[in-house]
Amino acid sequence: MGKLALRLTAVAYLGLLLALPVGFVFYRAFEHGLGTAWQSVTTPEAEHAFWLTCEMVAIAVPLNTLFGVLCALVLVRQRFRGRALLSAAVDLPFAVSPVVIGLALILVYGRDGWFGGWLLDHGIQVIFSVPGMVLATMFVSLPFVVREVVPVLREIGTEQEQAAATLGATPLQTFLRVTLPAIRWGVAYGVVLTTARALGEFGAVSIVSGKLAGQTETLTLHVENRFQAFDLTGAYAAAVVLAIMAVATLLAINLFRPKERT
Amino acid sequence: MLYLSLIALIPLAAVLVRSTDGGLGGFWDAVSTPQAVAALRLTIIASFVVVAINAVFGTLIAWVLVRDEFPGKGIVNSLIDLPFALPTIVAGLTLLALYGPNGPVGLSLAFTRASVGLALLFVTLPFVVRAVQPVLLELDREMEEAAESLGAARATVFRRIVLPSLRPAILAGSALGFARAVGEFGSLVLLTGNIPFKTQAASVFIFSQVESDDVTGAAAVSVVLLAVSLVVLLVMGWASSRSA
Repeated sequence: MGKLALRLTAVAYLGLLLALPVGFVFYRAFEHGLGTAWQSVTTPEAEHAFWLTCEMVAIAVPLNTLFGVLCALVLVRQRFRGRALLSAAVDLPFAVSPVVIGLALILVYGRDGWFGGWLLDHGIQVIFSVPGMVLATMFVSLPFVVREVVPVLREIGTEQEQAAATLGATPLQTFLRVTLPAIRWGVAYGVVLTTARALGEFGAVSIVSGKLAGQTETLTLHVENRFQAFDLTGAYAAAVVLAIMAVATLLAINLFRPKERT
Repeated sequence: MLYLSLIALIPLAAVLVRSTDGGLGGFWDAVSTPQAVAALRLTIIASFVVVAINAVFGTLIAWVLVRDEFPGKGIVNSLIDLPFALPTIVAGLTLLALYGPNGPVGLSLAFTRASVGLALLFVTLPFVVRAVQPVLLELDREMEEAAESLGAARATVFRRIVLPSLRPAILAGSALGFARAVGEFGSLVLLTGNIPFKTQAASVFIFSQVESDDVTGAAAVSVVLLAVSLVVLLVMGWASSRSA
């Protein structure tokens, strides 16, 4: 009896909070027919927003992956002063509000910022243009790969790497042939989480973008824009595109999640 | 490490520096305006309430997912990660569609304080569940069985045997959820209406200050927000490792 009540409570809670709202947005998006929904996600602005989002993911994810693997190697394999500090610094983006991240980037790379003036003199505008948005995306999605790779690296130990080195492999060979294959699932899981975060970032990007429709508007900003313009179908349709991407990521998460955690 | 500095550390340092542009007095003036105080208070109280609800429901959900078997459990389990995968602005929009003014349920939570809590509950749901689940899986059931055979009631077994071993995980998950709730922005924008003194959360307040070019004030409130979430992370992390 008690078990059934618990199960029902859990399922009802999740249903009311997660499943129903998300399902209802799908209904709302397609309530005027598939054609209308399709039209509103294929306006030039929406298409531009979609490709801009893809572009940001395409830049931020590889860079953060590279950084993540390197940083995890340093954190696990090297002993140095301030290692705990570095580890804490990597986690910072989790504790900082996206709005604060956006503000921080403006203060450094904006027109009156620490580096912004110099960059502007050299013809590089960061804030209110795409580079700033890429920076914001990189900032918010920074920790994921590191966090996923660190425990895996710790677990595999160094014996195999040492064996490879004794047999005459160069450090690069050792990394490519021994370490990388061992950590590939951790990396993959981290990449999926990074992608999800990069796709969906709103707050930080919203502050640094200037929100110029058709220029610096990502898909998430487009959702807000359509909503504020009372184009509900447009907002719901764009939201559904993002939700479908989210569900795809969810499937990938389940695929890559380390077995002991399921 | 240059990468980390350029992207994260230097900008955050800039926020700190900028927040004291007008001296300490200026900092205090910026964070003690009635609107700033109201926004900070709302955010902190709402975050604590949400964390408490999450601790209860998160543990309950984790329990059901580990100890119960029912058809569709796999789907429910993967549904938990949805708030991590779903963009926050979409989360806000979905809640608004269902619980908003023209929603089918006929009750409108939008633009009320409850909507702040609702949005925060949505985005922080996975933290406690995902922290408790692995611990519950590892938990040895022998002690529970022993207690039960000695005549302990189910509630007693849970309170005296299960809960103590889950406590570190619940605290750790709650700390992460709290940090997330304090900074949350995207899901609040559409749902809460951002009415100053009523539903305007701290992150939204900072956003509006940046828009109106009061960068120093925004930086000051940011520093307070940052300090709150760091302190809570530290305290709960300490409590969690102490009860482990």
